[in-house]
Amino acid sequence: MAEEKMNSDKMWVTMGPQHPFSHGLWTLRVEVDGEIITDAEPEVGYLHRGWEKECENRTYNKIIPMADRLCYSASMTWSHLFCKVAEEALDIEVPERAQYLRVVADEICRIQSHLMWLAAVGTDVGNLTIFLWALREREFMLDLNVRLCGQRLTTNYPRIGGVRNDMPYYFERDCMRAIERFEKSLWDIIRLTDDSSIFVGRMKGIGYITRKDVANYGITGPAMRGCGVDYDIRRDDPYDAYGEMEFEVPVLKEGDAYSRYMVRIEEMFQSCEIIRQAMKKLESIPKNAPYRLKVPKCIPEGTHMARIEDPRGEGLMYLVSDGTESPYRLKVRSPVFVNVSASKHMVQGVRIADIPAIMAMIDMCLGETDR
Amino acid sequence: MAYESITNFIVNRGYEDLIAMSPYEVYNLPYDIAVKIWESLGGLIAWLINLIFPNNGVSQWLISDPVTNGFAIILMVIVIFAVSFVFCLLMLWEERKVLGRMMDRRGTMVGLKGFLQCLGDGLKTFMKENVVPKAIDKKIYWWGLSLVIGTSVLLACMVPLSNRWFIVDYQAGLLIIFALFALAPFLILCAGWAQNNKYSLIGGLRAAELMISYEIPMLILLAGTVLMAGSFNINDIVAYQEEHIWFVIPQIIGFFTCIVCAVAESERVPFDLSEAEAELVEGWQTEYAGMKWGLIMLGDYFRGYVACALVVFMYLGGWSLPVIGGEDWYLQYFPEIVFLLKVALVFFIFVLARAALPRVRTDQILNVGWKALMPLSVINLAIVILLKVTGVM
Amino acid sequence: MSEDANIIEKPSRDDIVSLVKAEFGGKVEFIESTKKNIKAINEGRRLFMKADREVLHDLAKYLHDKLNFEQASSVAGVDWVDHMQVVYHLTNYCTSMVVEITVDIPNDDLHIASVSDIWEGANWHERETYELFGIVFDGHPKLERLLTPKSYEFFPFRKSYKLRGQE
Repeated sequence: MAEEKMNSDKMWVTMGPQHPFSHGLWTLRVEVDGEIITDAEPEVGYLHRGWEKECENRTYNKIIPMADRLCYSASMTWSHLFCKVAEEALDIEVPERAQYLRVVADEICRIQSHLMWLAAVGTDVGNLTIFLWALREREFMLDLNVRLCGQRLTTNYPRIGGVRNDMPYYFERDCMRAIERFEKSLWDIIRLTDDSSIFVGRMKGIGYITRKDVANYGITGPAMRGCGVDYDIRRDDPYDAYGEMEFEVPVLKEGDAYSRYMVRIEEMFQSCEIIRQAMKKLESIPKNAPYRLKVPKCIPEGTHMARIEDPRGEGLMYLVSDGTESPYRLKVRSPVFVNVSASKHMVQGVRIADIPAIMAMIDMCLGETDR
Repeated sequence: MAYESITNFIVNRGYEDLIAMSPYEVYNLPYDIAVKIWESLGGLIAWLINLIFPNNGVSQWLISDPVTNGFAIILMVIVIFAVSFVFCLLMLWEERKVLGRMMDRRGTMVGLKGFLQCLGDGLKTFMKENVVPKAIDKKIYWWGLSLVIGTSVLLACMVPLSNRWFIVDYQAGLLIIFALFALAPFLILCAGWAQNNKYSLIGGLRAAELMISYEIPMLILLAGTVLMAGSFNINDIVAYQEEHIWFVIPQIIGFFTCIVCAVAESERVPFDLSEAEAELVEGWQTEYAGMKWGLIMLGDYFRGYVACALVVFMYLGGWSLPVIGGEDWYLQYFPEIVFLLKVALVFFIFVLARAALPRVRTDQILNVGWKALMPLSVINLAIVILLKVTGVM
Repeated sequence: MSEDANIIEKPSRDDIVSLVKAEFGGKVEFIESTKKNIKAINEGRRLFMKADREVLHDLAKYLHDKLNFEQASSVAGVDWVDHMQVVYHLTNYCTSMVVEITVDIPNDDLHIASVSDIWEGANWHERETYELFGIVFDGHPKLERLLTPKSYEFFPFRKSYKLRGQE
């Protein structure tokens, strides 16, 4: 028995919960044969706050800032999603101006979330320059957030029936300047990553997922589009003003970590395009048009569902209301929660050094995973 | 007679006396400095003792030639260590500042353009609690650590800064430096195993894996240099380059290959696989906390300094400058400073690599080592042999 | 996964209704939404149905194999005090159709067939629903607590578990 143990070449390595690659509190237990991974087991739940249960105890208005806290770097989309599900329950469409403002805020949020991801990729492959350059660019997006919403990260901007405030003065000018600058400097970062054969060598050929598996595992968002599924909720199931926007959904068929990386980079350029279009549209809408509807405090009885394209994938909320001013049940479908459950499948047969590179493509955010 | 002047006790030895007294056959600057220090320090002590006990033998003994020689050798080691230590801190500062500029930030800012931050960090690690895990192999844990740092410091002290700044002028100097340099991966493997931690074990295995990929090309490159200069002695190699041509010109392939190997040898980004912090936390150093980590960090910079110094010896003409020469050339400029500036220049290339490149994977470094570095170093050797055979060099 | 030749890649809303009715008859009930102003509902990208517990697994398999519902977006539990409910959201990538299946479970027999053999993505959703509501998914490969500590012996999202403000 002892001899058998001695001769076994495999060992379990627990990566996390306090581990530089995990970007939050979660654990990936991997079984390694030398450096090759033969088995893996993700473990989450360290950050479980009972978010959904907490919501049952709060009025609908109070949930909006709580929804921001689901994910610190994609806060806008989560509060947007909550407002959408509440509007669906109330059976209202928000005013046009609010729709476009939400689109602008959403896309700013998407860009800054992707930049946070790019920074994390930098540290995961061991290059701090990528990290700092990406965070430098992110700061301009956060400044836009401050101008529009008054907050850097947890914006608390959407309201049930519209948005909290209209654009501030000169926001359009600032936004255009920031976007233009961002597009130029993103190319600088791309030169640091795509033109570096070491970086490409680290990313290419690892973490393959097939088109069939990606659907089966429920992986959504850029990770899905990097594996050949041509699907984006913004385009195929449009909400708010996304129906009127013209943009491309980047899809790559390779299915490795590099294609998922490329999809996210391309998405940032597309987000700039969407912001430009939305800004142009906002010009044509009269300045004194309403940006918020007055809505009742209580939401009528029923079950309601809304979904949205979060920077990390498909966000879905299922609301059961009982006619009172707080929800009866609110279920959040977090994209990372499902994506990380497929990590066992993704890391089969790669090396330990590839784990950060593969897991970076999921873009972990534990706030929404554990809720 | 009772109150002798202090000047009676401070012997100011001349150049000839110094050579006669010293264990070296040629003039040695750190020895000279050490003798001067002892002449003042020992003279002061001897004078003070003489004040209390006039005409005692101890005072005379303290300033006699053999005693001065003995203390001077101890002081000389301290001088040599202090210079390489301060230079390592300067390299650390250089890295932080250059890296900061590359990353669009300022780098360290505390005192003397940020230099004092290095001292502050060092002091901080020394203030930390000495955390030692329970389930370790104590003997190997401590010896592994001590030897990794010890060999690094020893190596740094063995590097001659000029033909008058050395400890021992070995005939096989370059070879001994290489041999001691190659010892570290083995010690890292042991230290990684002794910590009883899976990360450090994998880190130690990686160090061994890394070693077989760069050590062999490096030795082939060394053969090129040695063949061309006709000696293992660093003095001879530098003298040969000064006389003929810096080896970087005929061996340009070797120079670039050597830089890649030297980065790998000193285990810096992009080849710091054994301490890859993204996946292995801190690699083989995971369980070495506080002061131990600070010393390992310092040892890393010592090794980086030696790796740069090797590149300078082998390709950049050591402490020589092509324009200045002549009989008493060392009086015209400081060859030590020229050498250290060259080292800093090579280290600058290291820092650029760190700023621009992500970390490679273990299989990639093996690929690079065997498919690129190895053939390149062999080509370099072939060029050297060709030049030697045809009599060009 | 069986690659059926007669898979319908882009089933329209009416197709789904008629095919499911033909296959399962009265066991599956379709609910028409009363909402008027919601774009997704007006454009027919939502379908609400209520299924019996016995046919749930067959229905899921039918939707997955024949009607190309490739992804299980979410599995949610709802505690209605007198009974429990499991809500499935399934997505078709080609038509962007989202099907919501509601299944009632009596309180005294909290068992339902697991769909994680059809969609691997439902795996963790079911585990989560199990640990928070105590609904047992039969045939699930690893029905253990995921988010809450393993030592928990209660199901925190049930209405019987009161928060401080609710007491």
